[in-house]
Amino acid sequence: MLLTFPLVGVRFNPVENIIQWRWRNLALVGIGAFVLSALWRWALARREMVMVSAAGQSSFRQRSIWDNRTLRWSVGGGVVAGLVVVPWLVSTYQTNIFISFLLYVILGVGLNIVVGVAGLLFLGYAAFYAIGAYAYALLNHYLGWGFWAVLPLGGALAAVAGVLLAFPVLRLRGDYLAIVTLGFGEIVRLVLENWSSFTGGPSGISNIDRPGLFGQELSVAGTNIYIYYIVLAMTLLTLVVAERLKDSRVGRALQALREDEVACQAMGIDRVGVKLMAFGLGTAWAGFAGVIFAAKTTFINPASFTFFESAIILSIVVLGGMGSNWGVILGAAFLVLLPEYLRAFSEYRMILFAVAMVLMMVFRPQGMIPARSRQYPVEDAEREEGGR
Amino acid sequence: MEAVLDVRSVSMNFGGLRALSDVSVTVREGEIVAIIGPNGAGKTTFFNCVTSIYTPSEGEVYFTPRGGTPVRLNGMKPNAVTALGMARTFQNIRLFRNMSVLENVMVARHCRTRAGIFGAIFRPRWVRQEEAEIVRRSYALLRALGLHPWYNELAANLPYGQQRRLEIARALATEPRLLLLDEPAAGMNPQETAALKDLVVRIRDQFGLAILLIEHDMSMVMSLSERIYVMEYGCLIAEGTPQEVRRDPRVIKAYLGEVDHA
Amino acid sequence: MDLQYFFELTLSGLTRGSIYALIAIGYTMVYGIIELINFAHGEVYMIGAFTGLIVAGILGTMGFPLPAILVLAALVAMLYCAGYGYTIEKIAYKPLRQAGRLSPLISAIGMSLFLQNYVILVQTSDFVPFPSLIPEFAFLEPIAHIFGSSDFLIVVVSAVLMAGLTVFIKYTKIGKAMRATAQNRKMALLLGVDADRIISVTFIIGSALAAVGGVLIASHVGMVNFAIGFIAGIKAFTAAVLGGIGSLPGAMLGGLFLGLAESFGAGYISSDYEDVFAFSLLVIFLIFRPSGIMGKAKVEKV
Ligand SMILES: Nc1ncnc2c1ncn2[C@@H]1O[C@H](COP(=O)(O)OP(=O)(O)OP(=O)(O)O)[C@@H](O)[C@H]1O
Ligand SMILES: [Mg+2]
Repeated sequence: MLLTFPLVGVRFNPVENIIQWRWRNLALVGIGAFVLSALWRWALARREMVMVSAAGQSSFRQRSIWDNRTLRWSVGGGVVAGLVVVPWLVSTYQTNIFISFLLYVILGVGLNIVVGVAGLLFLGYAAFYAIGAYAYALLNHYLGWGFWAVLPLGGALAAVAGVLLAFPVLRLRGDYLAIVTLGFGEIVRLVLENWSSFTGGPSGISNIDRPGLFGQELSVAGTNIYIYYIVLAMTLLTLVVAERLKDSRVGRALQALREDEVACQAMGIDRVGVKLMAFGLGTAWAGFAGVIFAAKTTFINPASFTFFESAIILSIVVLGGMGSNWGVILGAAFLVLLPEYLRAFSEYRMILFAVAMVLMMVFRPQGMIPARSRQYPVEDAEREEGGR
Repeated sequence: MEAVLDVRSVSMNFGGLRALSDVSVTVREGEIVAIIGPNGAGKTTFFNCVTSIYTPSEGEVYFTPRGGTPVRLNGMKPNAVTALGMARTFQNIRLFRNMSVLENVMVARHCRTRAGIFGAIFRPRWVRQEEAEIVRRSYALLRALGLHPWYNELAANLPYGQQRRLEIARALATEPRLLLLDEPAAGMNPQETAALKDLVVRIRDQFGLAILLIEHDMSMVMSLSERIYVMEYGCLIAEGTPQEVRRDPRVIKAYLGEVDHA
Repeated sequence: MDLQYFFELTLSGLTRGSIYALIAIGYTMVYGIIELINFAHGEVYMIGAFTGLIVAGILGTMGFPLPAILVLAALVAMLYCAGYGYTIEKIAYKPLRQAGRLSPLISAIGMSLFLQNYVILVQTSDFVPFPSLIPEFAFLEPIAHIFGSSDFLIVVVSAVLMAGLTVFIKYTKIGKAMRATAQNRKMALLLGVDADRIISVTFIIGSALAAVGGVLIASHVGMVNFAIGFIAGIKAFTAAVLGGIGSLPGAMLGGLFLGLAESFGAGYISSDYEDVFAFSLLVIFLIFRPSGIMGKAKVEKV
């Protein structure tokens, strides 16, 4: 390790075309690399120790304060109440940021169903976001359909597309599945880009209608607040549905699929059906989010739906905690809100997230807020048993 | 008595390798039958063919569900086979490691319950009742196998012997008529093995099962099983009661080359 | 459809194909040994191009002759990329050997994003012109308009490198150990093969080859930017899949096949959808023939 690290120092050789030596950077990088390598080795050693000690003990899973229902509900309620008043406290610009934060929460929660709960690594999620957005843009542009008519349709279209994609990839293993979904995402984007006569090509579609409120015309700021509430409602709906799904017969089947496909089938679960469900349930949310996104920006083009976008959504899920919806909220907050309010940070945003993704996998694969399986009220069951 | 499982001349080829050739096995109602044989004899492969995880290259597998007529299993999906009433455990434990012990068993209730996506989202009354019933029955099974103190623990954190028990609990939750156990005593100490022996008999009686088991522990095989099939290099070389098999010269020869597994 | 047009397409397909093959080797070797899709591999190729650019810039102002610049730039790029490949493996994959199959893949994606953004930060996010380093070969004069000296060089260099690699894998001790590890890691370990070392060597070789590909193609096309690795990476991966991932000759054939398919597709059908062809081939192959053109299906062990 030590041998390579001086190399890292020299490698940061930032010379531009007209040669411009940046010795100062080089020195900084050299020192930085040295410190980092020491830190890295220390962390690895620590990780080893933690793993050994974790393997040694098999204690009961710890109960945390979050098992307390009232506490959970009051914290959740507080956050929601806070979010409800946000648009009245901040500027239009900042409301916009909150809208995009909530959109990422929807996307993250949706992707989480596929990646976190069902364990299917999915790299083309932005394609379904694009399907929703273009569904609204095109239907609005050519047929004059309104927002509320297209919203459910966008979700349904994305879900159908998800299921259709799922059919051929059913048999694929994890890493192949990842690549196929990536390929699919890029194909969708390239088609949108090249089919100029229909989709407007790289320049996209503009002048998309904002959602109407019972036929009334709202001011720009007013619409913004209106959209904010639509997104907020949608986010809450997404969260409630996702949480309920996770704690259901279907949700358990999805998790079993993630844990072990063979055993899952041997326990009587139809692998094909469950995979189709996972895809459909996951991609529908991208469709909803896409419709809202198109209505919010009134202008869309393929550049919003690149692989990069898929990777951002994936990193929200991974950093927050795979399978954990609370984690997704935190992940989205880090990704969208933090760079906005810490300006100095925003230039390094993506690189820091990339680093965080790697470090997270190495040191804390369960994410910031790990998913926890539900506590079931067996005490009741026990009493009943005892009574017989 | 009625045959629960009837396997007729099954063969399985992997490329050039013939892992099973012309194997016929019957298991009757309420019977405990063992399959033994040296490592690599094809025992696990046989289980995989019976449960439709592999599709046999030749031969036929028939299974008779409770109160039904024999069904041909060739080409069926594994989950359909489970739904008919056949459940199994795995030699290399395949629990859902990051789910709780209780959830592992709850998953196995899948094929006996029916709440779908909309049921999960809207949670009507019947779904809530079904959920409560799943929890109740799963917990009862854990209790029957003595795993209830750990119900809330992650399956991965259970000690090895308990993991094997959880595999059995999970299999039982699918309400099988025939239970296939792949080396249930592997890695257990003598006390655990003795307890397992009692357990196998008990669940057979309590749930009215037929049991087909693969095991290397000879004392367990000899004392438990009513009939034994012996395999070597993918072929059946002997069949009969423990006494008959013990005396069979071919079996003795097959086991001589290697260190006694008992 | 005249013959000359056909030849033009064949030759340009050959050029592309050689580059895809060079990069595909890195994917296929890594996959063969640790069953991981090294997402960051395309980025290594991109960094190779950038390193070549920097070296060429420095040497250019110092007044070196063109051929010397080209050779030195390629060598330095190989060295640096080998270092990158080695370090990437140590940081992002090695600690995850025991983890499931999802974690290393996500880590790989993180690494790929990191390298892209790192180049944006320390260099630029714009396209940078790449000096033309390849001298004109006199003997190619008559056909220079369809098969320039850069095409010629790319094909020849790739062929030489691949031949060299084949010999290396077949006859050297490390090469044999690599094949053994790819076949059965546990067994190789028991026989005293140092798996960590083999894996490192694999990454080093794959990265060095990608670096050569990067320098060559950059000076052929005349442009580099931080994103070239992504598309090239996926296409090379497609090539690896076409040939049957894990197989070296497969990667070479797959690269050529993809290069030709793209070239003909673009030439005879429509150049707008050039990338769509590649992606569709990838998706179709992964779904219907995941073991490649020549491979055979495998039953997963339970
Ligand atoms: N999917 C497969 N592909 C190729 N060969 C296989 C496959 N599954 C099993 N085999 C081979 O079939 C033979 C029988 O294996 P099997 O696992 O059935 O043996 P076993 O009797 O269960 O042995 P053990 O006592 O070690 O569990 C072995 O040689 C094994 O390598
Ligand atoms: Mg076995």
